[in-house]
Amino acid sequence: MVGGLARSQRRWAVVFLLPMLLALGGAAGWPLLRTAMLSLTDAGLSTEGARFVGLENYLSYGPDPAAYDAGLGGYYVLDVARDADLVWRPGSDSYFNADTGQPAPAPAENTLFAWRGVLTQPAWWRAVGVTLGLAVASVLLETVLGVAMALFLARPMRGRALLRASVLVPWAIPTVVGAQLWNWMLNDQYGVLNAALIGLGLIPRGIAWTAEPGLSLLAILVADVWKTTPFIALLALAALHLVPEAVREAARVDGVGCWGMLRHITLPLIAPAVLVAVMFRAIDALRLFDLVFVMTGNSPNTATMSIYARQQMVDFQRLGFGSAASMVLVAIVALVAAVLLTLGRRRGAVL
Amino acid sequence: MKAGRRLGSLGVALAACLILVWSLFPLAWAMLTSFKTGSALFDPDVFATPFVFSNYVAVFKGQPFGRNIVNSVVVAAAVVAIGLAVAVPAAYALGRVRLRGRGLMLAAILAASMFPQVAVLGGMFELIRHLRLYNSLAALVLSYLTFTVPFTVWVLTTYMRDLPRELEEAAVIDGCSPPGVLWRVLLPLLRPAMAATGLLAFIAAWNEFLFALSFTATDEMRTVPVAIALFSGASSHELPWGNMMAASVIVTLPLVLLVLLCQRQIVAGLTAGALKG
Repeated sequence: MVGGLARSQRRWAVVFLLPMLLALGGAAGWPLLRTAMLSLTDAGLSTEGARFVGLENYLSYGPDPAAYDAGLGGYYVLDVARDADLVWRPGSDSYFNADTGQPAPAPAENTLFAWRGVLTQPAWWRAVGVTLGLAVASVLLETVLGVAMALFLARPMRGRALLRASVLVPWAIPTVVGAQLWNWMLNDQYGVLNAALIGLGLIPRGIAWTAEPGLSLLAILVADVWKTTPFIALLALAALHLVPEAVREAARVDGVGCWGMLRHITLPLIAPAVLVAVMFRAIDALRLFDLVFVMTGNSPNTATMSIYARQQMVDFQRLGFGSAASMVLVAIVALVAAVLLTLGRRRGAVL
Repeated sequence: MKAGRRLGSLGVALAACLILVWSLFPLAWAMLTSFKTGSALFDPDVFATPFVFSNYVAVFKGQPFGRNIVNSVVVAAAVVAIGLAVAVPAAYALGRVRLRGRGLMLAAILAASMFPQVAVLGGMFELIRHLRLYNSLAALVLSYLTFTVPFTVWVLTTYMRDLPRELEEAAVIDGCSPPGVLWRVLLPLLRPAMAATGLLAFIAAWNEFLFALSFTATDEMRTVPVAIALFSGASSHELPWGNMMAASVIVTLPLVLLVLLCQRQIVAGLTAGALKG
């Protein structure tokens, strides 16, 4: 009876899983696979046909692809010192005179060969730095703020329900809308923040919060912390409610003070749950896109990895190159996730 | 002692005020300025100038904002419906049946729900163009399944695992087949969980920006977030902050009310997703 049940259940389970596997395969698996494959080609966004280029989009040493001339059968290069038109043919790995076709000496100054690919681009590494910096700062700040808020909201007091509800509000506001609210408050001419600071006599005239490199990062950080703190606060609060009152009571009887209670009882007990929330947020922060896009557009000062990859793909039409950038982002996210999971396991996070 | 306690409660009140201002001020300020036009918009003393309603009318005139709202509702509703239809049976299989490779599948699903969206952008673009769906709502529904399906499956699986086994066994003894068990026994029990998960998926789809920005091209096909991000207004020489804030309030208030009303379910859904895994 039981064995038959298990068998029929298992047979049905395959049927039950099929729609999900199809949806997931079609909407996530296949596009991901294709992005990985596109990253190995020179595909453009609106041009047909793509050539396999191996790891050229990631990192490679070779001739400038833009110099390729099919008519010459190789890569055109101008030898400035001798004022000669040369062509370098990959088949024979040597230079020829473009006009006569005779073998020619290599140009005195190499202008054809270079390291290429997304990993050689300063703009990409800048985006990596911006993303990692924002992620670390944002997650740290929102964890401290969120846990503090949760500890405060867990106290019995008048108007607690109202307070809890209002803490949720930033989470409920769409990120794009939240970004525009901050854009408006931080507006250099008419923003309320500048008006308040001028009114208090702290600054002589309005500051361009979202235009100056350092300040715009700070503005994005504040808006991100504002938007994401409720998530941590919510999960920390849920964890706090699971701490048995008996444990705290016992500690109180043993004469543990407020600070000792927090440090040795409450925080260690909610730490596993908070750590899981922090992991989710850290991985989420690494793919940051919409907030930055709405606040500062594609500005290189604040471009995150997602912004960089999308800009390459859509705005510059370099589908292959942008795909390579997004694959590097995947690798970085996977690496961070693996490190966090290992650390989290050791700390006893429930995952 | 008494003075100390009074000082303590003063501190509590101060902290409560800080939390209130920090959480509510940006939206409150947007609401206040959404009732201002012209130069009154730029006067920080909001109570010195009259409150007018014209921004809320203008939002629907210069651009197809009404259409954008309909688009967002249609896409989010379709994504939630497909997501739940696909996820409930899958959650049953993953949560109740002892299957080989279940752990691996769950890990893959969790990984898929945490994926950077931009990682599927290139392949998704190609797929959408191949299916001739570019600049259509169907393109958005298809691409949103990328993140709503794994999320819905993951959360529903954790709920499904916690349902009591006895009911299911009783139904089987009464001659119920697995689909019957799922439909008649588990589905009614799962309804609150489906509501919570559906709501969270709806919010995620409603807020989505990257795909909506990349897979639509005309103002008529935009969803709300893209419309608000690319707001240009009637005149080109100034950003229409009044209109923009009115638009923001229009699309945010229903969502905020919904979240506040369903607070309990949302917290349950989020903790199920993050804590029980």
